[in-house]
Amino acid sequence: MSAALDIASWALLLAGGAFCMVGALGLVRLRSFFPRTHAASVIDSAGAGLLLAGLLLQAGWTLVAVKLVMIGLLIFFASPTATHALANAARERGVSFEHAEGEAPSKR
Amino acid sequence: MLHSAILFVLFYAFWVLMSGLFTPFLLAAGAASSLAVVWFAVRMHVADREGHPVHLIWPALAYWPWLVREILKSALDVSRVILDPRLPASPTVVSFKPRQRTVVGLVTHANSITLTPGTLSVEVGPERFVVHGLTRASAHAAVDSEMDRRVERFERVR
Amino acid sequence: MFAAAALALLVALGLALARALAGPTVFDRALAANSIGTLAMMMLAVFGFLTGRPEFLDLAILYGLLNVIGTIAVLKFFRYGDLGDPGRPEANP
Repeated sequence: MSAALDIASWALLLAGGAFCMVGALGLVRLRSFFPRTHAASVIDSAGAGLLLAGLLLQAGWTLVAVKLVMIGLLIFFASPTATHALANAARERGVSFEHAEGEAPSKR
Repeated sequence: MLHSAILFVLFYAFWVLMSGLFTPFLLAAGAASSLAVVWFAVRMHVADREGHPVHLIWPALAYWPWLVREILKSALDVSRVILDPRLPASPTVVSFKPRQRTVVGLVTHANSITLTPGTLSVEVGPERFVVHGLTRASAHAAVDSEMDRRVERFERVR
Repeated sequence: MFAAAALALLVALGLALARALAGPTVFDRALAANSIGTLAMMMLAVFGFLTGRPEFLDLAILYGLLNVIGTIAVLKFFRYGDLGDPGRPEANP
């Protein structure tokens, strides 16, 4: 049982780490602001969520698990709000939805 | 009043679980801090049905597993786009009218859209959601979606 | 296995830092800073497990709370130019 739990938690940790790396890669690769927000959302929801689930399996029924759940709830409720505020503010300040070609700095 | 009481119990449970210490001084300090924060919440008019929707806890527990599955599915889709050497992103903006009527329902819907990788709520209102999608398909999938219907059912609970 | 996760997080932190340095707009930087915050939280949590000291989770919670407030404060400043601005009145359904 414990070995199966370990394997499951390792798989979750590896998947979470992979999603974090892919999201950060997307942050660098994508070419304009709004597509990049989607990469950040991969880190926030999938990467962090899977990592926390993996750690939760390692923690067992302890106070540590409660703290991990608190971190999960914090990310779950706060990160979409922050991302939405970011997108809304960017829109308000005239960042274009259009696909910006190349890496030329877009002057606001 | 009921909401203030529930809020106090939740804050105090949070304090005790976070501290993990049970000396009389710390327990009393926790009670005092919780009371103070409940007082602030009442003064800010956020300790009510909308700011603290405890009646939605059961439908939320039914909704979250579905949401987690959606998040993982769309995270894989977005990862595929990012890792593809041709970077086949086709950023698209759609706007539509959400079905929800309550503020809690609208916020839940908008947060679910943002939480799902590949879609992002840019503008939120009772009449119009503006959603940005990483690909044309993911943006159009947000219009009149199953998520919309599920959140509508979720907010109807009394 | 915690070490592998920590390594992945370090790589991700480096990439996000590159985006924060490259910009080009202030919103790209704010987005990258927000991601760095989330990644740092995860790093703290994983590091706590790696060294067998779960007390690091308290730091992760604190970091997460500050990260959210910091992001919102920066955005409010860049949107309204003033942290005390009440903002646009929201329409109620």
